[in-house]
Amino acid sequence: FYLTPPQVNSILKANEYSFKVPEFDGKNVSSVLGFDSNQLPANAPIEDRRSAATCLQTRGMLLGVFDGHAGCACAQAVSERLFYYIAVSLLPHETLLEIENAVESGRALLPILQWHKHPNDYFSKEASKLYFNSLRTYWQELIDLNSGETTDVKEALINAFKRLDNDISLEAQVGDPNSFLNYLVLRVAFSGATACVAHVDGVDLHIANTGDSRAMLGVQEEDGSWSALNLSYDHNAQNEHEVERVKMEHPKSEEKSLVKQDRLLGLLMPFRAFGDVKFKWSIELQKRVVESGPDQLNDNEYTKFIPPNYHTPPYLTAEPEVIYHRLRPQDKFLVLATDGLWETMHRQDVARIVGEYLTGVHHQQPIAVGGYKVTLGQMHGLLAERRARISSVFEDQNAATHLIRHAVGNNEFGTVDHERLSKMLSLPEELARMYRDDMTIIVVQFNSHVI
Amino acid sequence: AGMFLRLLSDVRWRAANPKWRGATCSCRSTSSTAEPHPVALPAQAQVVICGGGIMGTSVAYHLSKMGWKDIVLLEQGRLAAGTTRFCAGIVSMARPVSIELKMADYSNKLYQQLEQETGVNTGYMKTGSISLAQTQDRLISLKRIASSLKVMGIPCDIITPKQVAQLHPLINIHDLVGAMYVPEDALVSSANVSLALATAASRNGVQIHERTSVSHVSVQKGRVAAVETDRGQIQCQYFVNCAGQWAYELGHSVEEPVNIPLHACEHFYLLTHPLKEPLASNLPTVVDPDGRIYIRNWQGGILSGGFEKNPKPLFTEGRNQLEIHNLQEDWDHFEPLLSSLLRRMPELEALQIMQLVNCPESFTPDMRCIMGESPAVRGYFVLAGMNSAGISYGGGAGKYLAEWMVNGYPTENVWPLDLKRFGSLQSSRTFLRHRVMEVMPLMCDLKVPRWDFQTGRQLRTSPLYDRLDAQGARWMEKHGFERVKYFVPPGKDLLDLDQSKTFYKPDWFDIVGSEVKCCKEAVCVIDMSSFTKFEISSTGDQALESLQYLFSNDLDVPVGHVVHTGMLNEKGGYENDCSIARLSKRSFFMISPTDQQVHCWAWLKKHLPEDSGLTMEDVTWKYTALNLIGPRAVDVLSELSYAPMTAEHFPSLFCKEMSVGYANGIRVMSITHTGEPGFVLYIPIEYALHVYNEVMNMGQKYGIRNAGYYALRSLRIEKFFAFWGQDLDAFTTPMECGREFQVKLDKGLPFVGQAALLEQKQQGVYKRFTMFILEDHDADTDLWPWWGEPIFRNGRYAGRTTSSAYSYTLERHVCLGFVQHFHQETGEQLVVTTDFINQGDYEIDIAGQRFQAKAKLYPFSSLFTQQRRRKDEVELSGYQRE
Repeated sequence: FYLTPPQVNSILKANEYSFKVPEFDGKNVSSVLGFDSNQLPANAPIEDRRSAATCLQTRGMLLGVFDGHAGCACAQAVSERLFYYIAVSLLPHETLLEIENAVESGRALLPILQWHKHPNDYFSKEASKLYFNSLRTYWQELIDLNSGETTDVKEALINAFKRLDNDISLEAQVGDPNSFLNYLVLRVAFSGATACVAHVDGVDLHIANTGDSRAMLGVQEEDGSWSALNLSYDHNAQNEHEVERVKMEHPKSEEKSLVKQDRLLGLLMPFRAFGDVKFKWSIELQKRVVESGPDQLNDNEYTKFIPPNYHTPPYLTAEPEVIYHRLRPQDKFLVLATDGLWETMHRQDVARIVGEYLTGVHHQQPIAVGGYKVTLGQMHGLLAERRARISSVFEDQNAATHLIRHAVGNNEFGTVDHERLSKMLSLPEELARMYRDDMTIIVVQFNSHVI
Repeated sequence: AGMFLRLLSDVRWRAANPKWRGATCSCRSTSSTAEPHPVALPAQAQVVICGGGIMGTSVAYHLSKMGWKDIVLLEQGRLAAGTTRFCAGIVSMARPVSIELKMADYSNKLYQQLEQETGVNTGYMKTGSISLAQTQDRLISLKRIASSLKVMGIPCDIITPKQVAQLHPLINIHDLVGAMYVPEDALVSSANVSLALATAASRNGVQIHERTSVSHVSVQKGRVAAVETDRGQIQCQYFVNCAGQWAYELGHSVEEPVNIPLHACEHFYLLTHPLKEPLASNLPTVVDPDGRIYIRNWQGGILSGGFEKNPKPLFTEGRNQLEIHNLQEDWDHFEPLLSSLLRRMPELEALQIMQLVNCPESFTPDMRCIMGESPAVRGYFVLAGMNSAGISYGGGAGKYLAEWMVNGYPTENVWPLDLKRFGSLQSSRTFLRHRVMEVMPLMCDLKVPRWDFQTGRQLRTSPLYDRLDAQGARWMEKHGFERVKYFVPPGKDLLDLDQSKTFYKPDWFDIVGSEVKCCKEAVCVIDMSSFTKFEISSTGDQALESLQYLFSNDLDVPVGHVVHTGMLNEKGGYENDCSIARLSKRSFFMISPTDQQVHCWAWLKKHLPEDSGLTMEDVTWKYTALNLIGPRAVDVLSELSYAPMTAEHFPSLFCKEMSVGYANGIRVMSITHTGEPGFVLYIPIEYALHVYNEVMNMGQKYGIRNAGYYALRSLRIEKFFAFWGQDLDAFTTPMECGREFQVKLDKGLPFVGQAALLEQKQQGVYKRFTMFILEDHDADTDLWPWWGEPIFRNGRYAGRTTSSAYSYTLERHVCLGFVQHFHQETGEQLVVTTDFINQGDYEIDIAGQRFQAKAKLYPFSSLFTQQRRRKDEVELSGYQRE
């Protein structure tokens, strides 16, 4: 049983979303032309989230991918809330005052963000009031702390990340009289999420990353070929600096138990994350919250389980690493993606596939027979696939979809193999997670005419 | 590179050939370590040949056979290492152009005995070839070639798909409608053929030097003087450029550039490992033109390449591109050809690939090779641009060029291949790049009558081009010049291009018919600006004297008279056929066919005395020519000029400068090149539009309309007018085409070709230009004749047609061609008499189908009713004006 190409396409395209920055007078004056995004679930439901929004009271555009673990609650909350925290962090004092006054006097609020959402990207209505109150507390503090200085983007990003994680933690500790909300805030706090967020304002590009999602810049070399430039570091056991950092933050006695099997405390893959209070709170706090919490929480073995060798919390932080990059004319696009993509594809291939897709030029690696034993029939089939690959480019109207097609369907020759693609997409739910991870991709295309 | 080693490995030239002067060792593995001391170049030689491929070695071989010994052959790398090394090695005689067919036939016979002659294993294997037809049209084109092969004595059969399957076990025949089988076609190792030729030449005294590059050719007084190489200078009288794809650049390394219009394209072919049951080495080669591929057996496996629709030209910027351009296998590019191969031979799926070879081939603007002497530099000969048929032509081409150098001209008419058919206008790299991209796919495309090149167009145009185009003109091109075929009348929709691609009645039939009718009954205008026009004048009588010597007719006519005359060679053959007007006592205006621009100029330069006070100017670009054809032309012109134009005042074959409209200084000649009454106006180009407008306005009341060359051709062919380049060539004399009246043997002055013509007059001719009216041919349903169709007399082959057209007046097809008389037993050529012509029953073979034809030696007099005569001369100019 195989999925037909149209069936494959309907699966691949179910979550695709494209946004084009509107033009004025036939010209796009923004440094961003637009973006394509898409998600392919492996978990049911998917634990990845994505967000994209334009800042309305400051300049710039925010884009982010969020990879949830131990459920999707945290990733969902971060995807809804983080950009507000960032936007507020960036707002000048007067605007914050104006907003606060509007809220105070019940007037209509200045819109802060214009969201670019796929219909499947939902916001929880129930928690909005709670989230709003936390956010308002944040900006009130910002108003009180008014330093009079212009806001530094890097600092704003770091503050926003940390503040949101702090709020998530507090909300869980305080609880809510509404039992649904009470359970929600606990689920958010006990699950976790990484975040990789880009802020683009003209030629100024900031990437704030927490965890093992990744941001990568597609650079077109002078000879037309494509190369990749990493704009984030993975926060996991493969990153020496990160391991070093964790070890520095804890007594030497814990050195051996901190990182086991490439996991934090032998449990957690990302070394930085939102939520995951099990790695942040003291044992006492965890026990108290779980015990006083709703039954569902109490019955959950995972939440009750205390990580081994848990001596000097917090072991985990949501503080992002921020990288600044000034965009150059050769920087053509930015790819933000959760580790589902990077596990299957090398960034160089990602750069090439997206680059070729966006420019419509296909520098396929030439095939050479070399010393291999290849028959005419095999070669014929291979060439037909390569031709189909070019046509598959035209099949996709979305760079992220195109990338997913390759990530899932590529064979050893680097061409999309329909058979393989079909197999991978028709795996039953329980098997899917074993062959691939949730995949969330945003491809931002830059405007070379402006940069 | 493995295969090339193998190809070269069985060459035993060293032992076979002690006189070898190779600068390097042949053995690759030791060449770097044991480089022998190169033999010094000689200081001088009679001939220096540049290029050690199949062409260079073939020229050396034939020159040395003909007795020229003082020859040096230079090769920049190693012998047979260029395109020759990569050549697929197929010797195929299935060529549509007769001279190419003859070359291939000769090559085949030469290669067959070469191993015996030289001791070098040439890998010659007679396998035969099968050309497949997937469509009926393709089968027709194969049948035309088959007809032509058969009368050449080359065995050839049109076979059914079933017979194809019997000849070749692997061919899928389900989509075939038929095929052509040529059993004598062969395979060779092209590199070894080249080495064999080199070996034989070397034994005959030719010095061969490898790893020697020619950097420059020096010229003195318009002649080759010396060749500069990276190893010193060689003084020489003759230089032969056989540099293949580098010939263009080498041609420019001369003080006076020699334009050799060719351009390289990448060419791919595939080599496989042997089949499980290795293919027999005598298995026929398969050519599948509709699939764009050829397939031959190769060491138990196959070698298959083709001519794709999207060729990749290269070296546009010259050879320094070589370093940066690795010729790599491009499988994606080869994919359509591979598909085609597997469709033709599905069982090959499991066959293992050895290599995809990328070998550049050079192509020319008209798909024919380039040979001959440079018009600019005497002693500079060229043989290159083989359009990937180098091995098929190599032997014959080398022979013809050697004959050319030794005897002054080859034994066959090679005008279709003559370098002088091109001018500098075909030498733009952009033009060549674009044109070869069209030419390479054309190697496989179906070529129907009257097809035109689509690229490199609108280069030379008349000032009226836009006007005519706006009136529905459809264009063809000659020597870069756009000429009107016919005019699509307003209201009639654009003709479907596919429909006109037919071997049958074309869709323009009625359009041309109405143009012809208008020429006969009213008046038509044809823009004939493309003609080559020279002015020759002198201070004294030198012009007249020189021209009297170069032309066979008497040019000492009163001022204002126009003379039709041949420009003959020593054998009395037509080098050119032209009209010459005597403008004054000392100046002449000469009109020749369009493609004579380079050839005629070179011929005159060569034969006119130097420093004699003669001036010669090419004024082609200065005049626009409008041909007013028809009985009312006289009325139009007299109204426009206020001058009497009737025959009493303006007899036929007369030339006068007069004013037309406001424009003065228009040369009006009472000739039309069709036998119809009328005038040609030679208009200084700045007046062209004015005169055209005046003519069209004034002509309205006489029913004037535009017409094109198709109408002109129909008119001239039904009047039995021969056309130089089509009917007439350097091997045709005036005696053989009924033009004795244009030769004044008794003009009291010697002229070129006189002796030959005198002899012919006494002994009779061996071929005779004859007009054939097809009798049982239905223009609506039968295949149309084109040219090159065999003529049968009493059931026996008697010659070929040279042109044909539908005569709207006779409502019959008319073919023109030469009838020969072959002895029944010996095949010896006998004299052709008028009786011989008149007493035969004739048939014309169109693609294997024979049609009865009536032969005539004189045109229908009824067609000339309106013709006025001057003296005894009818305007039987005949000629070129196709």
